[in-house]
Amino acid sequence: MGRSSEDHARVADTRRRWALASPALAIITLFSILPLLVVVVYSFLSPGDFGGVHWKLSFEGWFSVLFERDIFDDTVSLSDAHLTILTRSVVLSLATTVITLFLGVPTAWFIATRPQKQRAFWLLLITIPFWTNLLVRTIAVQEMIRSDGVFNRIMLGLGLIDEPIQMMFTNFALLVGMAYVFLPLMVLPVYSAIERFDFRLAEAGYDLYASRLYCLRRVILPMVRPGVIAGSILVFIPSLGAYVTPRIMGGGKSMMLGNLIEMQFGQGRNWPLGAALSLTLTALVLVALIWYSRLTGGGSRRD
Amino acid sequence: MTDKRFDVRRLPAAATLAITCFVILYIPMVILVANSFNSGKVIGDWDGVSLRWYAAALQNDAFISAGITSLILASCAALVATTTATMAALATTRTRGFKGEGTIHLVLNEPLMVPEIVLAIALVIILAQVRQFTGYNGLGYLIIAHSAFCIPFAYMPIRARLEGMDLTLETAAADLYAGRFYTFRKVTLPLLAPGILAGFALAFVVSLDDVVISDFLKAPGQDTLPTYLMGQLRRNLTSEIYAISSLLLLISVLIVVGAWLLTRKKT
Amino acid sequence: MKIKLGLTTAIIAVSALPALAEGTLNIYNFGLYTPPDLIEKFEKTYDVDVTLTEYDSNETAIAKIDAGGHGFDIVVSSAAVVPIYIDKGLYLKSDPNTMENFKNVDPAWVDVFWDEGRSYTIPYVWGTTGVMVNTDVYSGDINTSDIFLNPPEELKGKINVVPAMSDVIDLAIYSVGGESCTTDKEVLKAARDKLVAAKPYWASIDYASFEKFVNEDLQASVFWSGASMRIREANSGFAYGYPKEGFPKWQDNVAILADAHNVENAKLFLNFLMDPENAAIVSDYTGYPNAIMGSEAFMSEKLLAAPEMTIPAEFEPEAHFQRTCPPKVQDLYARIWTDLTK
Repeated sequence: MGRSSEDHARVADTRRRWALASPALAIITLFSILPLLVVVVYSFLSPGDFGGVHWKLSFEGWFSVLFERDIFDDTVSLSDAHLTILTRSVVLSLATTVITLFLGVPTAWFIATRPQKQRAFWLLLITIPFWTNLLVRTIAVQEMIRSDGVFNRIMLGLGLIDEPIQMMFTNFALLVGMAYVFLPLMVLPVYSAIERFDFRLAEAGYDLYASRLYCLRRVILPMVRPGVIAGSILVFIPSLGAYVTPRIMGGGKSMMLGNLIEMQFGQGRNWPLGAALSLTLTALVLVALIWYSRLTGGGSRRD
Repeated sequence: MTDKRFDVRRLPAAATLAITCFVILYIPMVILVANSFNSGKVIGDWDGVSLRWYAAALQNDAFISAGITSLILASCAALVATTTATMAALATTRTRGFKGEGTIHLVLNEPLMVPEIVLAIALVIILAQVRQFTGYNGLGYLIIAHSAFCIPFAYMPIRARLEGMDLTLETAAADLYAGRFYTFRKVTLPLLAPGILAGFALAFVVSLDDVVISDFLKAPGQDTLPTYLMGQLRRNLTSEIYAISSLLLLISVLIVVGAWLLTRKKT
Repeated sequence: MKIKLGLTTAIIAVSALPALAEGTLNIYNFGLYTPPDLIEKFEKTYDVDVTLTEYDSNETAIAKIDAGGHGFDIVVSSAAVVPIYIDKGLYLKSDPNTMENFKNVDPAWVDVFWDEGRSYTIPYVWGTTGVMVNTDVYSGDINTSDIFLNPPEELKGKINVVPAMSDVIDLAIYSVGGESCTTDKEVLKAARDKLVAAKPYWASIDYASFEKFVNEDLQASVFWSGASMRIREANSGFAYGYPKEGFPKWQDNVAILADAHNVENAKLFLNFLMDPENAAIVSDYTGYPNAIMGSEAFMSEKLLAAPEMTIPAEFEPEAHFQRTCPPKVQDLYARIWTDLTK
């Protein structure tokens, strides 16, 4: 009797909790999950003549993600164009992560080791660009490297170069743009990992005549690691799906996956291919996330 | 031994790199703002200091209307997101586990996992049908779409606050036979307020930051500040772009510094 | 309380927006293609609130309109895509040929293959796609597509190509001796290879803003005749070349959409555009000739004398009017384009 009333209470509690969560769940389901399911459906249809889809089952969209039939003789080969863009997206995103790590980790370290009172100020300096519109930051960095921009003007002024270096619309421009835009995303999680650390531990280690290197490897690295992983994931994922920054910095000459997807829904007129590419991108992001949860989950088990 | 004492807090290389990092972050923004005060018509030719581009922006109907749209959109989306996220946070905290808890978490975090461009295109496809069916073409679509991807951001600080909250007060109130709703309104809500405020601010800024989804979903006359800026970028590269960018930058700085000062007073 | 207040404001704001849809007109046109003073004049004359939305390419516009629920009343589309709109039932048969000002339309532009007798569309302006070069930097022959397909040393790395897929691919096809919409795969392959080989010499494939040319960040571009004129006016070094290998000629049209909400205002606008004085405003702003008789009387001397306005007699045979390619060819174009922009 008592047990069943406890069950009743539990069922009622569960029901109440679901009811409370339901508005948020409904909005996300209708405006994020459902549309994604439609994309899944579209990826298996045939392209309409001028955009849109024909309601006819086809695997051509998925096939075209990686393969192409030659314009000439219909032989099947790996799609050079799509592979180039796919590789560029992954490589540039990894490179962006490495650059932001190189600058972001020392910065986080620096902030975390300031006296308590100063920390808030340094953090504020990181938070401002973090919350500034991405487009605005992209415009700002474009101003630095365009032909008539600050960098070229300084170099010309110093007589180091004779004519402006064309940096815009290259892979380099994409990399600079993304690294600049995503840098604050690296600093914050690394900072919060370091902040929790008790520095007396490292000092103790050193006092016990551990070498600097040993101290760094056995004490400091494990402490920074979770933050570094979180920061890397926070930088890598938006880089992979970046659209605005490559559009401005790439000038249509160096596309990333996001831009290729957009093209399929515009001039390319191949919505099923666009849908399949969208899901490919989403899958890449999920792989990164699963890798992340494995890494962090594994870490906590070892602890 | 004394002078060789190793202080991990002073790694000289770290300080150098950190300062470099701050310089890299701020120089482009400072130059951007400086450019907005250039009186020359063509970008890059310094012609003296003036406010003409701010005046031009403020007299530009398209810019003003984009600004109003942005404010309405961000406020409404943040409001919806914060309200629903607060409810969701109340539902998922202070429990020893209940059926479907994992599913709720997964759904609440789903918008964080889908790339923006993918969501934008997915919404374009589905909303075209809805628009045709209902004939309604107002700002409502953008508001709910923004709410959807703002919910996880609003949810995080509210949940964190709830988890760190002391239960004793509420239990005491309940012991005094206060009704559940009364307890919530008089005890839980005030305690939760900082978390809700943080969630609202976060959702507001995230909505204001969005370019891609707004750009794809906007109906005629629904340009937001970022989509207007994106359009201008492709057309007229006058210094007005810098003025508009600087104004957007100013909004972020005001929000962030405001939040910073508020939290600092407390501690 | 605050939340309640906020919510009320929000609801009012949301519900107020569509209510404004009295006396409005939503126009969907190419970027930098609608004179602001013309819009202002229309708004004042008819007390109608006009909202202008701009797009990049015909393809983007069709996709958006075909998807439905777009909210536009009027669209401007190139002759090559008008039949697609008509086949898909996207246009309203508004019979502009019965409108008061239709008498002003040049008969040469009435019985056209894309809209025989003009039951759906009225002519806007027409122009060509060629190459624009800064002659201060390059003094050789500019009437050739070699400017971007086999660029001279002076221009390498300073060339822009507008991302107008059909125009660019057509220019390349003409340069290898083919025809637009060809199904000859040898020709298509040759055109693609030529484009891909030239790409490293281009700075960008972009709707580059005018200032980039005026500032000489870029020194040459595949460009439209009228846009080219507007740049020449700001920087006299630039000149427009008609590629002797062949170049596209096109004409843009204005139509009312089948699901327009403001049909009456849209009809007023079509009639308004066929008034010679207003057509002259369009030409003055865009730099393209229109099809309204008597509009020359309202144009400036400068505009009438502009070399971009008239195709020189020697190049006239090389102007090929752009048509709709069949879907299969479109697909090949799209793949060539991906190869080019990857």
